[in-house]
Amino acid sequence: MIIPQISVFLINKPGRLHALCESLAKANINLLSMTLADSGEFGLIRLIVSKPKEAVQILEDSGLAATITDVVACEVSASKGGLAKLLSTPAGKLQIDYAYAYPTPSKKDVAVMIFRFNDPNVAISKLKASGVKILSAEELLQDDP
Amino acid sequence: MSIIDEVLMKKCFWNDQNGSFFPEMALDFMPTEKLRQVQLQRLQATVTHSYNKVPLFRKRMEDLKLKPTDIQQLSDITLLPFSTKKDLRDTYPYQLFAAEMKKIVRLHASSGTTGKPIVVGYTQEDMEVWAQVVKRGLLAAGFSSEDIVQNFYGYGLFTGGLGVHGGLESLGATVIPVSGGNTERQIMIMKDFEVTAIAGTPSYFIRMIDVAEKMGVDLRKLKIKRGLFGAEPWSDGMREYIEKKANIKAFDIYGLSEIIGPGVGSECECQSGIHVFEDHFYPEIIDPETLKSLPDGEEGELVLSTLSKQAMPILRYRTRDITSIETTPCSCGRTIRRIKRIGRRSDDMFIIRGVNVFPSQIEAALLKAEKSLPHYQIILDRKNRLDTIEVKVEISREMLSDNIGDMEALKKRFSHSIEQILGISIMVSLCEPGSLPRSEGKAKRVLDKRQQGATL
Repeated sequence: MIIPQISVFLINKPGRLHALCESLAKANINLLSMTLADSGEFGLIRLIVSKPKEAVQILEDSGLAATITDVVACEVSASKGGLAKLLSTPAGKLQIDYAYAYPTPSKKDVAVMIFRFNDPNVAISKLKASGVKILSAEELLQDDP
Repeated sequence: MSIIDEVLMKKCFWNDQNGSFFPEMALDFMPTEKLRQVQLQRLQATVTHSYNKVPLFRKRMEDLKLKPTDIQQLSDITLLPFSTKKDLRDTYPYQLFAAEMKKIVRLHASSGTTGKPIVVGYTQEDMEVWAQVVKRGLLAAGFSSEDIVQNFYGYGLFTGGLGVHGGLESLGATVIPVSGGNTERQIMIMKDFEVTAIAGTPSYFIRMIDVAEKMGVDLRKLKIKRGLFGAEPWSDGMREYIEKKANIKAFDIYGLSEIIGPGVGSECECQSGIHVFEDHFYPEIIDPETLKSLPDGEEGELVLSTLSKQAMPILRYRTRDITSIETTPCSCGRTIRRIKRIGRRSDDMFIIRGVNVFPSQIEAALLKAEKSLPHYQIILDRKNRLDTIEVKVEISREMLSDNIGDMEALKKRFSHSIEQILGISIMVSLCEPGSLPRSEGKAKRVLDKRQQGATL
């Protein structure tokens, strides 16, 4: 139920993001989602990719510092108040470090949210108990061409 | 009674113009032959004193099968073993002291690699010598008892503040012991107290010039006529800038805690090199590779021996400062020899805002913060005319966290750890693995941009 997300350290300089994407493209790895957190001087890129283990290896080989972080992906109703409803469950009281939306172009009525919970396993059991649909890595990464 | 004692017994006469003559100044003009005689006699006494009182020195002499009586002429100094900064570390805190603790009236210390500082001690007589050599430096630079002097060297364990303070008091000048920091207040004091002369590190004064400008104070219109600057190497470009911006004459004073502090040598009004007060500190130049002595005029590492220190006599101390002894006499008429102003060092030590720093100290600090040693580079620069130090640290996978807060905390841990050892504020920046330059085997740890390009 845990999704392996890749976190990469990048210095905040022109061209660095391109270099990162280029090395993944060359290895035929699909970028499914990406967010960038920046501190001014450097940034942390968070990626969901089709082949996470391979991707970390490729990024490290190209001289970057990369690591895998456990995140949780869950479905949320794509209507008004959908996310608010999800967070009104006991899981919403847990510490969330960050969250972002995962693109689901084929589905109109559900959206997918990625959460970085302080303790992902506790979060998963609470979400499940509240009847929230949690996506597995296989499900999430399935539309990999 | 020696010629020196005779001079010292005398005082200024009622009709000596202030600043034109002080008995101490006469020592700068001693006939060379007499000076060499005094040096030999004092060297012999210092060697005997050290041999009797300092076990480390005695052991080194015995290893070389030397007795104090083997020093028959001045050139025999080359027979003596060298001493280094490591000796001071290894004997922390008091084992190089050659006087009983009850005779020691002052301790000073400087920062050390492992957090343990280097300790130096002074007897009452050492303190008098110290005040006297600084006074001679002040006189040579044209300071007089009429001056109101703002001393912005740091006061405390650092020898700079109190060392210069002693000389100023001995001269009879009005001392303002303001110490470093609080730049706006410094400018206010300079103006309101009608300061006529200043002393401190050149980089800090350059900062003051900037702040004064921002405050709308024109330093050129104040009463300051001259400044004594030291504790760090400063270029001729910096001198030119200081002299122009503040309309003063800027003089270089040289010294190091291991020998006495400021006052080992100082510039005269000719501003053409540092006169070493060689009746107290004997200078030699050696080749830092072969350790062979070099004749006057040739460039090499400055080696100093104390000739009168009681508490902590140091013989043949390797300063790591690269210079040469001038061969032509100075037009001021002083017979004590001059060394060229210090521009560089033979080891990897650098000086930033008056603080001596070895890259190994920064390495130790990084290691302390993170357990494993990251790849790093130290970048020294001069921004807005103030020396800056930046430490770039490469991120490894082990250090990487997915959390920005954790990464910022890592940065803080590094900078805090370094600041604790050095006592000055630094900037740490994180960078990607492999992004710092590596060269054939030996990493280029220090990038000093201060000497490149601009005159400052």
